[in-house]
Amino acid sequence: MRQFSSLVRKEFYHILRDKRTMFILLGMPIAQIILFGFALTNEVKNARIAIFDQSKDIATNTLISQISSSRYFDVEDNLHSYKEIEETFRKGSIKLAIVFPENFNNDLEHFNKAQVQLVADASDPNTASALSNYATSIIRDYEKRITNDRKLPYTIKTEMRMLYNPQLKGSYSMVPGVMAMVLMLVCTLMTAITVVKEKELGTMEILLVSPLRPLKIITAKAVPYLMLSIVNIATILLLSVFVLEVPINGSLLLLVFESILFTLTCLAFGLLISASTDSQQTAMFISLTGMFLPTIMLSGFMFPIENMPLPLRILSNIVPAKWYYSIVNAVMIKGADLTIVWKETLVLMGIMAFLLFLSIKKFKIRLA
Amino acid sequence: MRTLRFLLQKEFRQIFRDPSIIRIIFVMPVIQLMILPWAADYEIKNLHISIIDYDHSQYSQQLVSKITATKYFLLDQYTDSYSKAEKAMESGKVDIALEIPADFERDLVKENEAPVFLAVNAVNGTKAGLGSAYLQTIIRDFNADVRLKWIQLPRFDPELNIEVVTANWFNPMMNYKFFMVPGILVVLLTMVGASLSALNIVKEKEIGTIEQINVTPVRKYHFILGKLIPFWIIGLISLSIGLMIAWLAYGIVPLGSLFVIYCFAGLYLLAVLGLGLLISTITNNQQQAMLISFFLLMVFVLLGGLYTSIDSMPDWARAVTRLNPVAYFVEVIRMVVLKGSGFADISHHMLIMLIFAVILNGWAIYSYKKRS
Repeated sequence: MRQFSSLVRKEFYHILRDKRTMFILLGMPIAQIILFGFALTNEVKNARIAIFDQSKDIATNTLISQISSSRYFDVEDNLHSYKEIEETFRKGSIKLAIVFPENFNNDLEHFNKAQVQLVADASDPNTASALSNYATSIIRDYEKRITNDRKLPYTIKTEMRMLYNPQLKGSYSMVPGVMAMVLMLVCTLMTAITVVKEKELGTMEILLVSPLRPLKIITAKAVPYLMLSIVNIATILLLSVFVLEVPINGSLLLLVFESILFTLTCLAFGLLISASTDSQQTAMFISLTGMFLPTIMLSGFMFPIENMPLPLRILSNIVPAKWYYSIVNAVMIKGADLTIVWKETLVLMGIMAFLLFLSIKKFKIRLA
Repeated sequence: MRTLRFLLQKEFRQIFRDPSIIRIIFVMPVIQLMILPWAADYEIKNLHISIIDYDHSQYSQQLVSKITATKYFLLDQYTDSYSKAEKAMESGKVDIALEIPADFERDLVKENEAPVFLAVNAVNGTKAGLGSAYLQTIIRDFNADVRLKWIQLPRFDPELNIEVVTANWFNPMMNYKFFMVPGILVVLLTMVGASLSALNIVKEKEIGTIEQINVTPVRKYHFILGKLIPFWIIGLISLSIGLMIAWLAYGIVPLGSLFVIYCFAGLYLLAVLGLGLLISTITNNQQQAMLISFFLLMVFVLLGGLYTSIDSMPDWARAVTRLNPVAYFVEVIRMVVLKGSGFADISHHMLIMLIFAVILNGWAIYSYKKRS
């Protein structure tokens, strides 16, 4: 035990000595949570659009003013020919063009029928379809308002309730994802180079000739970083609640417990990388490509997992961030308790135990 | 010139001596480019729906089959208890619940009006908005069908109808991979370039070999150039491999010219490598360099317009993206690959990238001190 505590103390000295690294480790999550929490949203809004109105009558005017007052659209251009549409698209600024044919109001009044054309820049299919949908629903609302005045028979009235997030705030689904990402990044990176650094600098030999067992060395390396991580968890939660205004509807204790569990998983992952590489550069590259993109793409917060092809859906199960993300989502926003997230918690524990086991196994007690 | 040649020789040897680095530089991007684009499908489909049917009438059946016939909804639960549906929604299994109240059919026919209730899981606002819009469209269509059956058709349709015709340009198949692959290529290029260069000089500092360089008459800009050029070449090779994969695996052939892409990529790499070298000169150990470059990479990539639209960001964040080289390259490569834009369309982007490159490299040379 005494050996262990002096080893922990040594690791603490290592960290505390390097003020700059400390500063980065504690400051980075703050900057990222604020930056990403506000700026990352998969909502589509303020999209720049152009309008080509060949009719210029009362109906098109009303529709255009409704479209431009919606938060989804910024009307930037009024076009005068079909050729102009393609030119503005190629310059890259316009995402959607709305074309009203001639005699729009006339057709509407006399034939009850008229046409609107939406031309979308589908190089981004997501934005294109979202924008067409928003534009269509504005047009439908307009239509409904005229129809309501006429009172049609046999009407199904739809009443709708948005649960958990009535204002449809984008940040609600993003913040748990950002939390997972930032914790993952900071914690894995912290430990990813601790062991390999000793190898590179040659101090590893000293550790190896000491009577300490690999398990102790590995744990001693993780302890100080775990403490740093707990500070980070606290700042991240405080920022999410007070700056990003995402409520914690479930139990705070459960959330903290799950966060520490996830942190441990990340630390174990970092240690595994560190134990199985020979240079800091390789360790960094593996943690960068092996963790950064997969965490963003396969954890389900950017792209829905249910849309992925089967092999990727299976693959996503080994991404710890996926489990943490769904736990945080359930606990923070839906107010779920352990009876609902116990399965995810168990999986996360399993992953952590496995990673820790592997990194102790990989920890070589002989130099090459 | 001769000095530079020797320096280059040294750098190349150093890079290629480490076999794992080679694997990482060339194999990792290939694997990622083969796997990740498949994950990036953002289309809202396969929404899980729970239908609570208290009516069990012919009409409610018709409505249900109309909903399940679309590709947007998967019927997860067909029940007659609201609490069951609520539970499923809480555990995240169900995205949207439709309640058809008792006497739905009777009210519709006799009272001329019948309600249905939608409850939407709105944790993901976008999904909720689009999903409920789809469902309302389906109900509206169903409503029109019912009406058609009961009303004697007058001379013309009494219902107002604005037909909306949608055309999708540049990517008519709405293939999300066409959009994502070029973007992911940019990210990989950035990662390879920035992380290699960011760790390079600081590694020499940590190991102590930088002293040996410092006592030689090698000039500062020679030293930086010697570091820059090998990575620049490696970056362009990575880009070529990536473009090959885009073509072979996804059938993506740039609509614009390859020359435009390479010109811009060359400038872009200079800027990114300059940034990496700058980080490397101002930090004292690899851990610091790594943390800083990770931080910047993450900010650059996530706010680069690759995953989420820059237009949707608040004003201050949009201002920040003006300083983000990734955002420019992502935009340019998409414009060239998908829309066939040429030099004239991207001249503004090129100028900015040139300014980035000059400032970052100049700064790196300036802050590299031969004395400690």
